[in-house]
Amino acid sequence: MDVLLLSRIQFAFTAAFHFIYPPLSIGLGLVLVIMEGLWIRTGDKLYHEMARFWTKIFALTFAMGVATGIVMEFEFGTNWATYSRYVGDVFGSALAAEGIFAFFLESGFLAVLLFGWNKVGPKLHFFSTCMVCFGAHFSAVWIIVANSWQQTPAGYHIVGEGMHARAEITDFWAMVFSPSSMDRLSHTVVGAWQAGAFFVISVSAYYLLRRWHLDFARRSLKVGLCLALAASLLQLVTGDISAKHVARNQPAKLAAFEGHYPTEPAPLYLFGWVNENQQRVQFGVAIPRLLSYLTYGDANKPVTGLQDIPPQDRPPINFVFQTYHAMVAIGFGLIGVSLLGVFLWWRGLLFAEVGWVRRFVLPLMVVSVLGPQLANQLGWFSAEVGRQPWIVYGLLRTSDALSKVVKADAVLTSLILFTVIYVLLFVLFIFLLNEKIHHGPEHEEHPGEPHSFKPSEILHEPRA
Amino acid sequence: MNFFFAQTLFDGGMPSLNAIWFVLVGVLFTGYVILDGFDLGVGALHLFTKTDEERRLMLNAIGPVWDGNEVWLVTGGGALFAAFPEVYATVFSGFYLAFVLLLFSLIFRAVAIEFRSKRPEAWWRQTWDILFSLGSVLSSFLIGVAIGNIVWGVPLDKDHEFAGTFLGLLGPYPILLGITTVALFAMHGAIYVVMKTEGKMEDRARGWIRNTIIFFVLAYAITSFATLLYIPRMAVPLQQHPWLFIVPLLNVLAVANIPRQIHLGNEFKAFLSSCAAMIALMTLFGIGMYPHLVFSHTEPANSLDIFNAASSQKTLGIMLIIACMGVPIVLTYTVCIYWIFRGKVKLDPMSY
Repeated sequence: MDVLLLSRIQFAFTAAFHFIYPPLSIGLGLVLVIMEGLWIRTGDKLYHEMARFWTKIFALTFAMGVATGIVMEFEFGTNWATYSRYVGDVFGSALAAEGIFAFFLESGFLAVLLFGWNKVGPKLHFFSTCMVCFGAHFSAVWIIVANSWQQTPAGYHIVGEGMHARAEITDFWAMVFSPSSMDRLSHTVVGAWQAGAFFVISVSAYYLLRRWHLDFARRSLKVGLCLALAASLLQLVTGDISAKHVARNQPAKLAAFEGHYPTEPAPLYLFGWVNENQQRVQFGVAIPRLLSYLTYGDANKPVTGLQDIPPQDRPPINFVFQTYHAMVAIGFGLIGVSLLGVFLWWRGLLFAEVGWVRRFVLPLMVVSVLGPQLANQLGWFSAEVGRQPWIVYGLLRTSDALSKVVKADAVLTSLILFTVIYVLLFVLFIFLLNEKIHHGPEHEEHPGEPHSFKPSEILHEPRA
Repeated sequence: MNFFFAQTLFDGGMPSLNAIWFVLVGVLFTGYVILDGFDLGVGALHLFTKTDEERRLMLNAIGPVWDGNEVWLVTGGGALFAAFPEVYATVFSGFYLAFVLLLFSLIFRAVAIEFRSKRPEAWWRQTWDILFSLGSVLSSFLIGVAIGNIVWGVPLDKDHEFAGTFLGLLGPYPILLGITTVALFAMHGAIYVVMKTEGKMEDRARGWIRNTIIFFVLAYAITSFATLLYIPRMAVPLQQHPWLFIVPLLNVLAVANIPRQIHLGNEFKAFLSSCAAMIALMTLFGIGMYPHLVFSHTEPANSLDIFNAASSQKTLGIMLIIACMGVPIVLTYTVCIYWIFRGKVKLDPMSY
């Protein structure tokens, strides 16, 4: 295999694996702020128990995020050195800002969040939780600003020629607010909220099915459902705005999303299979002209088709079509699950011992945790593969961005090592997550002194 | 190599942005070695403990802070990418396998800390203990090897691309620096453990301090000798500006002060001395390199320096604003957090 393909596989693999965790940290971070905020507000011990339990889960996802994130920070230089030289002036500054502003905030206050329950007062602890949550969101801001600049470069000029050409910043704020950055940021962050919310829903529903920690599970499920419903509906709005702007900024990508070849008023496919040789969608069901209407508010307006894009500038079409449609389908599924949950809660059926709720709805909620994870991954693949063959849209091709001195055998070696280690890591992550979930929340039985422990318990803490 | 250190740094009264960023990137990496240095050092000493309780004390001594410490590496890498993209690209792609190894050891270490105490079985804990310790030693060693190669110089071609091999990075001098770094971090970590523990654990760590200081001083003496003998350019700035000898002098005093403060029972002052020694070492490294970032020993004209490797003045200016806003805030709450977690570590149910 050639070094380009290997490098792309390695980057996609390490990025996709990393991307399991930060959305969970962002979403669970928000959940923690809500729960601990409710505790401070109401003084209800149950919220305190919830905040502490979800903090443990948060810690695990955060550690995985840090460990896999350092790889990402190095990989631009190790595998994409030509890219790094080309974009360092622009991309590097967003990445450095992420480190200085966001990572320090997140990891610094994480210490207080995890280990400071007995060391600082409730207000200061809550402040730390807010800072961790804010830091997690803020790091998303900078990395998406950097990535969006690759999608829709702005605020730069090209200096030098040939091998020594590079992009330099002319306008920092134009770079930060590049045409796609705010759409993509809102879409990604709301996706992260969904990841956190459905995670809480899933674990709570599991407890309800097992009849474990019932008060804890009901209360957590309510918090999860509220956040899930709000985020899932909001995601519809951010997704719609993002797609409209993709049509304007990256027409090749939108055309690939929909497998749209001739430039004409476009239908919206619910599903289908793009035959790239015959340049049409097969086995599909489409709503005529809906894409034109959604994109321009005018059903008769033509949408730029792939036939107007030179073949060498087209992304892989069927792949992007499938990932994009699967993401949208899952998104609607998540709206359905959260609406159903809230409806049953409203009708008083969700927590009643109703046979069909226990048989169908709660199990559905247990597996719903996979929904946002899959949708986030598929959406990310749509965005990144849809940008191909460019690494910086319209400026630098992915094939020109490699490290010149890194040979295929070196990349193959690292790819094999990454695969082995990440598979091992993932198995361990699932194993420990399972342990924590089965261990459940710590019940606080001494209402007067919630933080007191017997010394014997401290040294010989029972582990599940 | 005939440059006037102070004059280049303060070009016409005002320091050039490039020189400021040379210092700032240096500050970030110095912050990294001081902070992650002690938790890597704790890892190197981890297997010298005897009981499970001692190992948990070691892990919990670094528990609240180790991932914050690694953020300094991430931010240092980000700042290098932004300020000197040519260096970031050349070094990271040139040292490909070495960096991949460093990443693996850092990952294993991070994961071992998290997972070790999650199961009670002895084999489980022993496995993670070994991985934690090996990961820490290998990370420290590779960081030293990387610095060693930068000091020694690497082959660069006219496009500033690395023209050497992976095995070529493992020369005697870089390996020597790798060993010195392991010794330095182990000493730093031992002092930290004394500061953070009590009773038997503290007594044990006091023994480590004595041994690691001897180990470090020996390794450091050989390294200094080898540097003067084989890499005379590192000493040129000191010859030209004798007042710079204050830096190695401070370094020696700081190292000598460590056993003194330990003897007097001031662990915190001993730790500060150790930090000061590390700052002095990094300063010496910076003085010796300036204005080069990567020295090409095959063809010195191909070297990367603070001018030909830098981002545009505009970016350096923007980044300076970001750093001026961010760094004081970071330092403030880093100090606050260390203050909150001051004192001897105690195990509780939230512990590792």
